[in-house]
Amino acid sequence: MAEFINLYLLPGVAVGCIYALGAVGISLIFAILRFAHFAHGDVMTLGAYLAYSVVIALGWSVYAALPFAILGGALASMGIDHVVYRPFRRSPGIIVVIASFGVMLVVRSAIQLFWGVDILSYETGIRRPIPLFGDIRLAQKHIIIIAASVVIAAALHWFLSRSRMGKAMRAMSDDADLARISGIDTEKVVRWTWLIGGGLAAAAGVFAGINTKLHPSIGWDLLLPLFAAAILGGIGRPYGAIVGGLAIGIAQEVATYPWLSELPLVPPAYKNAVAFFVMVAMLVWRPTGLFKGRVL
Amino acid sequence: MFGLLMYGLTLLTMIGIYGVLTLALNLQWGFAGLFNAGIAGFFAVGAYTTAILTAPESANHLGGFGWPPLAALPVAMLLSGLIAWPIGRICLGLKGDYLAMASIGIAEIIRLVFKNETWLANGTMGISTVPRPFESLGQPWGNAAFLLLVVLILVVLYLAAERAWASPWGRAMRAIRDNELAAAAIGKDVVRFRLEAFVIGSMVMGLGGALSAMYFKFIGASATEPLLTTFLVWVMLIIGGSGNNRGALLGALVVWLIWSGTELFTNRLPAEWITRSSYLRALLIGVLLIVVLQRFARGILPERPPRRID
Amino acid sequence: MVGGYGGMDILNGVDLAVEANEIVVIIGANGAGKSTAMKAIFGLVQLRAGSVRFDGQDVTGRLPNALVGLGMGYVPQERNVFRNLTVLENLEMGAFLKPMTLARMLEQVFTLFPVLKEKARQPAGELSGGQRQMVAVGRALMAEPKLLMLDEPTAGLSPLVMEQIFERIVAVNQAGIGILLVEQNARQALSIAHRGYVLATGRNRLTDTAAALLDNPEIGQSFLGG
Ligand SMILES: Nc1ncnc2c1ncn2[C@@H]1O[C@H](COP(=O)(O)OP(=O)(O)OP(=O)(O)O)[C@@H](O)[C@H]1O
Ligand SMILES: [Mg+2]
Repeated sequence: MAEFINLYLLPGVAVGCIYALGAVGISLIFAILRFAHFAHGDVMTLGAYLAYSVVIALGWSVYAALPFAILGGALASMGIDHVVYRPFRRSPGIIVVIASFGVMLVVRSAIQLFWGVDILSYETGIRRPIPLFGDIRLAQKHIIIIAASVVIAAALHWFLSRSRMGKAMRAMSDDADLARISGIDTEKVVRWTWLIGGGLAAAAGVFAGINTKLHPSIGWDLLLPLFAAAILGGIGRPYGAIVGGLAIGIAQEVATYPWLSELPLVPPAYKNAVAFFVMVAMLVWRPTGLFKGRVL
Repeated sequence: MFGLLMYGLTLLTMIGIYGVLTLALNLQWGFAGLFNAGIAGFFAVGAYTTAILTAPESANHLGGFGWPPLAALPVAMLLSGLIAWPIGRICLGLKGDYLAMASIGIAEIIRLVFKNETWLANGTMGISTVPRPFESLGQPWGNAAFLLLVVLILVVLYLAAERAWASPWGRAMRAIRDNELAAAAIGKDVVRFRLEAFVIGSMVMGLGGALSAMYFKFIGASATEPLLTTFLVWVMLIIGGSGNNRGALLGALVVWLIWSGTELFTNRLPAEWITRSSYLRALLIGVLLIVVLQRFARGILPERPPRRID
Repeated sequence: MVGGYGGMDILNGVDLAVEANEIVVIIGANGAGKSTAMKAIFGLVQLRAGSVRFDGQDVTGRLPNALVGLGMGYVPQERNVFRNLTVLENLEMGAFLKPMTLARMLEQVFTLFPVLKEKARQPAGELSGGQRQMVAVGRALMAEPKLLMLDEPTAGLSPLVMEQIFERIVAVNQAGIGILLVEQNARQALSIAHRGYVLATGRNRLTDTAAALLDNPEIGQSFLGG
């Protein structure tokens, strides 16, 4: 039992936090701009590499580099929107999806050009897991990932429910035309959406790099579970995406537990297949997701 | 002189194979407005099917069926279609973004399977003993004959696509693409029409994969990278002109010439730059896609209404 | 104004004017283009010819949020509240451009519609039709408009609630705000209005004082229920 919790469930929660941070951005962007942002995984990768550069250049811990990565991811996303997506505001959403395909290619190859393709690591050192109570232990990196995600999620909740811009974001997601008629500066809302979505993605990327290793397709590899999480929670619903991310992360890890025999139920290499299975099941059973997203 | 001839044959064959893929994507996107982000997956199914059916027996992977290459083509198409069908059934009644997400997912799963199931296709190493039709004729005749085969297939596909474009089926497809509600209101079965376009298009993508495996005599993880299939084919179609079969073919020609032309150029760079140059090319392709979408969204040969053929 | 959706013209020449402090009513059959005319004024429908002037300024083709900044408020016929936002948040969104005046304007709107204060923390989507119209009007008032455009604010409401809404509209007008009102309930609307326009198939049919229109037998036949 302790083994199950220590090696499967708690790491699953940590992975779930990473997915949640990424999927919230995808859901927010969908809520405001009505398109599935395919380049989101690559924004995550960018954030992870920005943190790496800060770690190398200043000799800081990766945790201290996190705010810089978040800022970098936020500004980069806003810049990409300004240059690439803005001319498509009146185009059908699917055209913007194709454009985000292009962005995906550009961001990833820029990362490969600039940082190379070798597998890197933040060198956080090997630390012994910390006993919580009884036999239950939690790796330090997982504690930090989970705690930081909770803080970020709380800040996001405050932003969406209390701040003027957060409310305007929810208003625009509710009805963009009415938001315009009400005098809301929708372009400003869009800029904030990218700042927040990009910042969260960068944080998720850094955490993914801490959790495993750093490589140029770290974000691309997470794209499928992120979409699955967003659909599970109801696309366009940021809170749903948090639940969806946690559920997918835990399901992926727990599915590799040897439930039936000595062998893992699902081979670890097929973790993403679990996400795909959940995504397809949702599309069949309830495309609007657990929390009734928009679309259809 | 001989080298130049072989280079030309390679170039034309590659353009032909990409032409097959862009025609397939045009059927899905240009005709029906379906966003398929998983071209690599259907390509891989076609390619691996052909490799397994035709490659000689080996301890490293499933095989030894000894099928003649051309007999493998229909099976490759059939399997690609069989995978496309359930995905289409599930997603085609929903907003387009869902198909995009699900198709990128299926491509990812297919990639995982071929990478991890080493008994099936030798994992990342792949299968490098795929026979090519007309090989026995030697160089350059065998290559020329294969090119002829590709061109023949391409011509048949093009004529079929042109007929389809002008037919009532194509007209219904465009009506659904442009205004789903209105088309449904006049009694068109929207999901069925879309499913037909999606499945047939995916089958043709499988055919493209099969031809590619034969031509390279190899299929492996590197050959099913989304960059060289999904992305490049999308760029070709958008630049050539979606909704126009000739545009699709022209896009394959132009983009492949740029792609392989820049390769010639980057190969002259200093050694440490050569490895990086492939990323630079990918970056350029991405920029090209964005710029074309923003400035010339209709492509070189824009869509036009069909000529009446009755 | 001449314009419409896509290629087709819905408005074939509509002329409207509202003086400061005036209540002006637009009536017309279903599909006459009343809503389209409102949208055209508010920059939501492309004009092919003609212009929109406000406060001596040419505002043709300006974006809606710019018009709000200039002092125009608009309550559309449908989907006029943010359903997932609370009543309070709906009102706050109306004051998005002027956060400084938020507290003062909230008080004014709550005095005008006391129910909204009670329901302040409830999602607007859960309110009754009449309360929703009040939220919508309140939201538009939050930006301190000089001209308020209302598209059928009483559609589907019970006579009692309708009465209440009309009475509130008069109160708003007495506070010095010009009102352009589209109404199906022509008799009540004309009884509170100064002037009225009758539209038919995207054109002005009649323009007169409200009292004259009420007395016009032709109008009585078609719009006032005999
Ligand atoms: N978004 C739209 N796209 C195309 N045509 C539209 C659109 N909205 C309205 N129309 C058409 O424009 C015409 C005028 O509509 P409008 O809504 O302005 O009428 P109205 O006078 O407000 O009617 P009602 O009393 O029913 O509200 C109608 O023929 C309608 O079908
Ligand atoms: Mg109307």
